[in-house]
Amino acid sequence: MTARTAAVVASLALALTVSACNDVYEVPIETPIQPKMDVSPFQRVLIAGFLAGGSEDVDANLETVRLLRSQLRSKSQLKVIDADVLPLLELANEQRTDKGETSANGASPATSPAGGPTPTPASNTTAQAQPKGKSNDVQQSRIKDEKDLQPLEGIFANVDFWKKIGEEYQNPLIVTGSVLFTAHARSGFVQREQEVIDQLGRRRVVPVRTYMERKGFILQPKFIFIDGRTGTTIYSEGYKEEVLYSPQQTTPALSSYFELMDRLVPSFLSTLSTQKIKGSRVLMK
Amino acid sequence: MHLRQILAAALLVVSVSAPAVAKDARDVAKKHVEFGITVAQKGLWREAIYRWEQAAKIDPNYPAAFNNLAIAYEHEGQFEKARKAYERALELEPDNQLIRQNYELFKEINDRTNRRGSR
Repeated sequence: MTARTAAVVASLALALTVSACNDVYEVPIETPIQPKMDVSPFQRVLIAGFLAGGSEDVDANLETVRLLRSQLRSKSQLKVIDADVLPLLELANEQRTDKGETSANGASPATSPAGGPTPTPASNTTAQAQPKGKSNDVQQSRIKDEKDLQPLEGIFANVDFWKKIGEEYQNPLIVTGSVLFTAHARSGFVQREQEVIDQLGRRRVVPVRTYMERKGFILQPKFIFIDGRTGTTIYSEGYKEEVLYSPQQTTPALSSYFELMDRLVPSFLSTLSTQKIKGSRVLMK
Repeated sequence: MHLRQILAAALLVVSVSAPAVAKDARDVAKKHVEFGITVAQKGLWREAIYRWEQAAKIDPNYPAAFNNLAIAYEHEGQFEKARKAYERALELEPDNQLIRQNYELFKEINDRTNRRGSR
């Protein structure tokens, strides 16, 4: 029995017991869960951009930035900075080239803006972000798995780069990281319900195990929180979620992306802000 | 001989009056516990904590005082204090299912928090 199931059973038993006693009082309580990170030094947060890869049908960089910004606007006390999304993949490739390394998958970086690892100020960022539609898509299609991402992750340790971004936006908390959103197929036995008509003509629903090839997606984001004052990483957290659909189902990639992100967002938010868990307890006389 | 008689008399007084003193303490503590419940139901958890702390101080063997105190600490996010209070309540009344269930629910949240902390 999992801890959660045990808790549910306990609360049901609690409710039953309470109804049978006079000297007990059930009260609703909200248990505060402290944020995983101390965000008190920051008033503002910049969701900068992500190293994104996997499916070409979703611009995981842009969509993740949009989603997290909108969530933080309504569910956090930090002020969310509206800025152009950093084309992080291009910037990471440029930084690697400047260091004399080959860019991801041996590809040469997209048109390099002046000055190698220099962070892109808002105006430059716009200039880079605009053509991103095409060039970034091409880059993203090259990032297929974690192995492709690994050589680019050095950008997160580039303290000078993030410090300059921090200076530009008055030292906010910077949120960046990587997002892999990949198509996925898995075959195996699946239990489903089937309607059958017996010899007497009665309809019945019976469980049937069928071998099926199901398709879906895997979302693997890694959120990295950087101190905009120093450029150093203060916290990071990785997740993996997957969804599979039956062959008859046609679910657009973007819908799946949001379905999977929905599962992760509460955990992401609890990194930055206090969450309250509602429940009930029994007071006694 | 005289001293022995005095000591015996003193012992007798103490043994006769101890249950009465304990009963008085429980009565006073119970008043605090009841008032704490009233204010907690109105959402005044800090006042409730004060009342239940008083109750626990007056009668350190009163399980309800510790159970309620644990719930209030939990509500305030003071998990370590809550754990100690639940454990004291269970030590005093190990077979009380209500205390045990409250504690189980608390542990579920507390474990989750600790898992996050160690991730």
